[in-house]
Amino acid sequence: MSKRSLRDHSATRLSLVALTVVIVLLFLLLPLAQVLQQAFAKGPAVFWHSLQGEDPLAAIRLTLLVAAISVPLNLVFGLAASWAITKFDFPGKSLLVSLIDLPFSVSPVISGLIYVLLFGAHGFLGPWLIEHNLKIIFAVPGIVLATVFVTFPFVARELIPLMEEQGREEEEAALVLGASGWRTFWSVTLPNVKWALLYGVLLCNARAMGEFGAVSVVSGHVRGLTNTMPLHVEILYNEYDFVGAFAVASVLALLALVTLGIKSAVEWWHRDELAATRRH
Amino acid sequence: MTASPSLHPGQAPQTVQGAGHSPAPVPRRRSLLRRQVIPGFTLSMGITLGWLSLIVLIPLAGLVIRASGLPLDRWITVLTDTRLLAALRLSFGGALIAALINGVLGLIVAWVLVRYPFPGRKLIDSMIDLPFALPTAVAGIALSALYAPNGWLGSLLAPLGIKVAFTPLGAVVAMVFIGLPFVVRTVQPVLEDIDVELEEAAACLGASRRQTFWMVQLPTIAPALATGISLAFARAVGEYGSVIFIAGNLPRVSEIAPLLIVTRLEQYDYVGATAIATIMLAASFILLLIVNVLQKWNRDRQGGLR
Amino acid sequence: MIDLQQIHKTFGAFTALDHVSLSIPRGRMVALLGPSGSGKTTLLRIIAGLEHADGGIIRLDGQDATDLSARDRRIGFVFQHYALFRHMTVADNVAFGLKVRPRDSRPSKDEIRERVSTLLKLVHLDGLAGRYPTQLSGGQRQRVALARALAVEPRLLLLDEPFGALDAQVRKDLRRWMRRLHDDMGLTSVFVTHDQEEALELADDVVVMSHGRIEQIGTPADIYDNPATPFVYQFLGNATRLAATVQGGTAHLNGWQIPATAPDGAAVAFIRPHDWTLEDAAAGANATLRHASVLGSSLRLDVTLEDGQDIEVDIRRDAGQAVPAAGSALRLTPNRVAVFPATA
Repeated sequence: MSKRSLRDHSATRLSLVALTVVIVLLFLLLPLAQVLQQAFAKGPAVFWHSLQGEDPLAAIRLTLLVAAISVPLNLVFGLAASWAITKFDFPGKSLLVSLIDLPFSVSPVISGLIYVLLFGAHGFLGPWLIEHNLKIIFAVPGIVLATVFVTFPFVARELIPLMEEQGREEEEAALVLGASGWRTFWSVTLPNVKWALLYGVLLCNARAMGEFGAVSVVSGHVRGLTNTMPLHVEILYNEYDFVGAFAVASVLALLALVTLGIKSAVEWWHRDELAATRRH
Repeated sequence: MTASPSLHPGQAPQTVQGAGHSPAPVPRRRSLLRRQVIPGFTLSMGITLGWLSLIVLIPLAGLVIRASGLPLDRWITVLTDTRLLAALRLSFGGALIAALINGVLGLIVAWVLVRYPFPGRKLIDSMIDLPFALPTAVAGIALSALYAPNGWLGSLLAPLGIKVAFTPLGAVVAMVFIGLPFVVRTVQPVLEDIDVELEEAAACLGASRRQTFWMVQLPTIAPALATGISLAFARAVGEYGSVIFIAGNLPRVSEIAPLLIVTRLEQYDYVGATAIATIMLAASFILLLIVNVLQKWNRDRQGGLR
Repeated sequence: MIDLQQIHKTFGAFTALDHVSLSIPRGRMVALLGPSGSGKTTLLRIIAGLEHADGGIIRLDGQDATDLSARDRRIGFVFQHYALFRHMTVADNVAFGLKVRPRDSRPSKDEIRERVSTLLKLVHLDGLAGRYPTQLSGGQRQRVALARALAVEPRLLLLDEPFGALDAQVRKDLRRWMRRLHDDMGLTSVFVTHDQEEALELADDVVVMSHGRIEQIGTPADIYDNPATPFVYQFLGNATRLAATVQGGTAHLNGWQIPATAPDGAAVAFIRPHDWTLEDAAAGANATLRHASVLGSSLRLDVTLEDGQDIEVDIRRDAGQAVPAAGSALRLTPNRVAVFPATA
């Protein structure tokens, strides 16, 4: 809701609104438009053609696979963590919350590096892995691990503040009425946080499919095998195949737009419900 | 997605061990433990701590152990490398400039979104999160095409003698792009919660619009603004994907520290990579601490007066 | 003095103020009294310049101030929730209005400090100058807000529900103290309240409002004794509303004949619980006691009149006097009755 304000000068108002629109257009929308323009620079046929072929399809498949593994893992983690943190009192709680947030403040490159140091040929477990003919770094497991790391906090972060605000009374009421723990979770807690959960999963998924730095360090860039879509964008770009790079990039940009679209739609359609569960 | 949750700060510490083993087999008369009413503590805490250790803590500890094994002279060699120092200067300096720019731009955007209804505001509002959702590599190639000398914006800036793509300035532009939502999304809710009465009180006391902004409103949102700027800074320091495409990556000029880590790795210089990563990790920890302190300040300032 | 003429204000389809005119002489303390939605706060905000009227004229000391901005009106405003600046100390809050003055009329730093400490002494907060608002109690915050408003030497002090956010005891103490402050400093003040007791105790003049209109203006005694409309009768003090019929200047009610100015036809009569006389029932009963309760020095009787209407009667009670039993027949005579046409 907009605020009733003591009439800011209409000139101030107008110029600030204009400035905001310019900032958003120039900094946020123009890059998006650029992606589409470059992708279709040589017509839709060339665009379509660049998405065909073994390499782009393999990259898309791998990206989907990685997201399909890492998002559910972090979803379960996020639910468990927010349950533990908001429904119980224990010492060191704020430290735990900071630790969950930690991956956000670590450079993606470092997120990849730590797994290389652990599982790489020269890593702690490297010799053992080689001996048993297991490959983590420069293979799919490494990519999944790095992705799980960078998307680690997303779901928990959306849920914790909301569940904290909602308190414990409803769960306690359900338990007093004889519901089991699981039953309480499914029919009391989950419905109250479903939209925040959805948003957390969406962001988690967007980041999982789009992660570049961390995945780049652990992937080894083997075409058709360990190349995700963002990595494929880089390869094509460095080979001066701009249409190809931007074509794959436009698919990723579409993913971002869909994510934002769903988020806005949920906020719009369920704003009453969101307001109610957030008790504003 | 920025402010960290508030967790009853004044809670009395309670012991945890055994919390989930209820019902207790032995009567625990003098236990400090309050029996938990809600079930599932052991399970949820087990998953949380287990997953956190496996994915985050143990791998990060590995890095620290590696770093602590480095002899002092190796540290000195690494730390006095002018190429590294230049890269750190760009990562930290560029991030600082970008964060400050984002402070100004983000405050304006948040201010307008909260206070001035205008057609299309909803759309603009939902676009703010774009840098959160757009893969960094996509942002990187888009920005670099945009600011290249023959690009949409680059061709406008070239006659003015401003070169953005493939210069350190390009790195700053990418850092501004990825940091903007942090400031907007931290300041926006606080701005929404400011009482209109504060403004009205200032006006009744004779303050001009400008005085009200600088003396009343800005100090009220200062902690949130500082938090947002710190978050944008932290993100920009470690940023990799969007920067490497636009910055040009010229050693000692437009090369960022994360890229140097990758370069060292590609040369199988694990020691060098570990040392740089440790420095950056330490910086992230310090930043995280600062953000926590700022958020506490924010909560105190927002604390109920009613 | 303040002069409001024909002030009109609507919010969408809702009429907040319906052509309100009011004049407030210097040195008076005026209460705007009414239920929520009566327009009293809107009127206060329009006087302060925080809201702009759709029509009408505001004159301050003879000058047209209708288009004057809030910052130029020199009107002090104490907000219901005080609106203290929480990042400033108590002293800085009080000094704010002086510090924001244009350089040429701004007092020196020493003068400001002097003024602030005088004001804090005045509101009994001299020890708390360095505290922040969050470290104060509700009553202390209220006094900081007052000192802050007084610092700019306003020609008029406006207070929005000044005691609304305080607990009962603090409220009583502050009320008396505020009245004394008003008299000692020679202020002109207007406060908004929905609490009739507060208005009657504190104000020189009470303005009763309802549905965006002024129902009555008068001294507390005036308003209580001679309510101008049925609304005022019911809003101020306790009154029983009874149905009556008027015929030729006389109202007929439960067998009583009461002189009335209302036109012929259905009418309503208002009688306060203490405006009854209890007579010997032997002369002919006209009511039945349903229940009697002892309220300290008075006796509260719930009574059904002969014509079936229920009333409340308060009569003086002497110590040791027997409480009449439920079901007893009574003979009651009203001392003061106000009769209004039924449609009003």
